[in-house]
Amino acid sequence: MAEVLVYVDHVDGAVRKPTLELLTLARRIGEPVAVHLGPGAEQAAAVLGEHGAVKVLTADAPEFAEYLVAPKVDALQAAYEAVSPAAVLVPSSAEGKEIAARLAIRIGGGIITDAVDLEAGAEGPVATQSVFAASFTTKSRVSKGTPVITVKPNSAAPEAAPAAGTVEQLAVTIGEKSKGTKVVSRTPRESTGRPELTEAAIVVSGGRGVGGAENFPVIEALADSLGAAVGASRAAVDAGWYPHTHQVGQTGKSVSPQLYIAAGISGAIQHRAGMQTSKTIVAINKDAEAPIFELVDYGVVGDLFDVVPQLTEEIKTRKG
Amino acid sequence: MSLRIVVCVKYVPDATGDRHFAEDLTVDRDDVDGLLSELDEYAVEQALQIADEADEAEITVLTIGPEDAKDALRKALSMGADKAVHVEDDDLHGTDAVGTSLVLAKAVEHIGYDLIVCGMASTDGGMGVLPAMLAERLGLPQVTLLSEVSVEDGKVTGRRDGDAASEQLEAALPAVVSVTDQSGEARYPSFKGIMAAKKKPVESLDLSDLGIEADEVGLEGAWTAVDEATERPARTAGTVVTDEGEGAKQLAEFLAGQKFI
Ligand SMILES: Cc1cc2nc3c(=O)[nH]c(=O)nc-3n(C[C@H](O)[C@H](O)[C@H](O)COP(=O)(O)OP(=O)(O)OC[C@H]3O[C@@H](n4cnc5c(N)ncnc54)[C@H](O)[C@@H]3O)c2cc1C
Ligand SMILES: Nc1ncnc2c1ncn2[C@@H]1O[C@H](COP(=O)(O)O)[C@@H](O)[C@H]1O
Repeated sequence: MAEVLVYVDHVDGAVRKPTLELLTLARRIGEPVAVHLGPGAEQAAAVLGEHGAVKVLTADAPEFAEYLVAPKVDALQAAYEAVSPAAVLVPSSAEGKEIAARLAIRIGGGIITDAVDLEAGAEGPVATQSVFAASFTTKSRVSKGTPVITVKPNSAAPEAAPAAGTVEQLAVTIGEKSKGTKVVSRTPRESTGRPELTEAAIVVSGGRGVGGAENFPVIEALADSLGAAVGASRAAVDAGWYPHTHQVGQTGKSVSPQLYIAAGISGAIQHRAGMQTSKTIVAINKDAEAPIFELVDYGVVGDLFDVVPQLTEEIKTRKG
Repeated sequence: MSLRIVVCVKYVPDATGDRHFAEDLTVDRDDVDGLLSELDEYAVEQALQIADEADEAEITVLTIGPEDAKDALRKALSMGADKAVHVEDDDLHGTDAVGTSLVLAKAVEHIGYDLIVCGMASTDGGMGVLPAMLAERLGLPQVTLLSEVSVEDGKVTGRRDGDAASEQLEAALPAVVSVTDQSGEARYPSFKGIMAAKKKPVESLDLSDLGIEADEVGLEGAWTAVDEATERPARTAGTVVTDEGEGAKQLAEFLAGQKFI
């Protein structure tokens, strides 16, 4: 069976969920071979093998952290040359898309970004994408060269499928050209202790209706009662009420949770672009005419400062 | 020496309009109102600020697109760019990202550059891959997704706010930069700017000017094929209740029914 390269997104060997989803999708096309760059390959290999990786190709070099993106492309290209895969799958993060883009140019392959589903087809993998703020669904494939496909988080439920997960060292030469952009300093983000926005099963977002940074704890409390991630509209982010890393929408994160709760958000097209594929959508807004209500499975026309705290209490009570 | 800045801008269908596909499953650009991608306005803005800081600079705005894409160039010129280049050719219809990056690379080489500035993504395709592809093709440093950027002493520095960390980046010119919508509001063209833009030069190029064969681009030459595009069924109208004291309870009931609590 043809091999499929899966680029691993991890933090020091702790594999992030979207990678497990990729392994699940990769198994529909061929045999997953994981590419793990940086430290922690042994730790990662256990989880990767459990989810179907027959092999884990790994390399660690200081250049991966010292320079932006390009050294990782050198390594992924080395894996590509070692394996000659039927496809290369990369998680659709900002960096993942850039890595995929450069790899596609190098190997003369075609690229599809932000796939939300993947299946085997007669002429290679077929990717489903959601376009124009999720108002259209397309099916595409790469027609020339090896397909390089980036896949959005929450595109599949990770399935266990035990495989060997044998760790193999990958020989990588990092070219001089790949050392063009120096990472002078790096300030890691502090963890909020809440689930990762793009990976969360439930997201609770606040918008301009929240009225100020001092009121965001109202949104956070609801999120915590549900074990949810917190999101924000661009209006709330631009006002400085919540960090940009939490922005949902066209120029923020694109989320696809089981449940999305929008409080004090009008539902502009650019916001929809990032949440419209959520399975269940709930909105709380005091304006009955707000466009967000066109999308909802359940909506409450009301003041979020009444509804949200009461809902939080109600959930806490029900959960005991 | 004058700093030669090329800003890549895209003409896109208005996102607030009714965007759809043409019969050949390419984005319909004829039937819908278009404009300069809002995300590329940030690129023009940062280029203007960098040029202001430089002793001497010249900004060329570059677009690949149909006849109407000239509107996007005019807008950028009226914001303050110096000249424009429009790559237009019937054979470009249906070109995908890989093909577009080839044309952009040839076009910036034709123009001459020290710094290439792009937006973070186009608002229609929204792949956010072209700046990285351009850097790859031209063998240049990629300094992308910056929320802050400056150029000094032949170096570009900037801040990239990623998911896991915020990074301070540095590269020697020439380089490819992309900026996010966090980089600072784009200016509105002034009346004077709009008038001046009418007199600024717009060079038109076709594929043969750039030495590109028709079969390397376009729908036929594309590396990807769209086989199907279906309009997403409108979400079935849900239940909307008005809170008269019971709203939260009713919502909790719904969430419990869906097994979220
Ligand atoms: C290129 C571009 C990219 C963009 N990218 C994004 C993006 O990624 N994400 C994004 O979100 N936006 C994005 N936007 C902005 C978008 O167009 C909207 O401006 C933004 O989403 C509005 O945010 P909002 O809904 O919070 O604010 P508003 O539109 O002002 O809506 C606030 C809502 O809160 C309600 N409200 C007020 N008080 C209360 C209360 N006490 N209780 C209940 N409801 C209340 C009001 O009725 C109103 O409906 C982008 C725009 C552009 C041009
Ligand atoms: N047709 C085009 N002409 C000129 N520049 C473009 C074109 N398409 C994309 N770009 C540039 O590449 C950036 C990223 O686009 P994309 O990869 O399509 O999301 C945009 O913000 C523009 O700066």
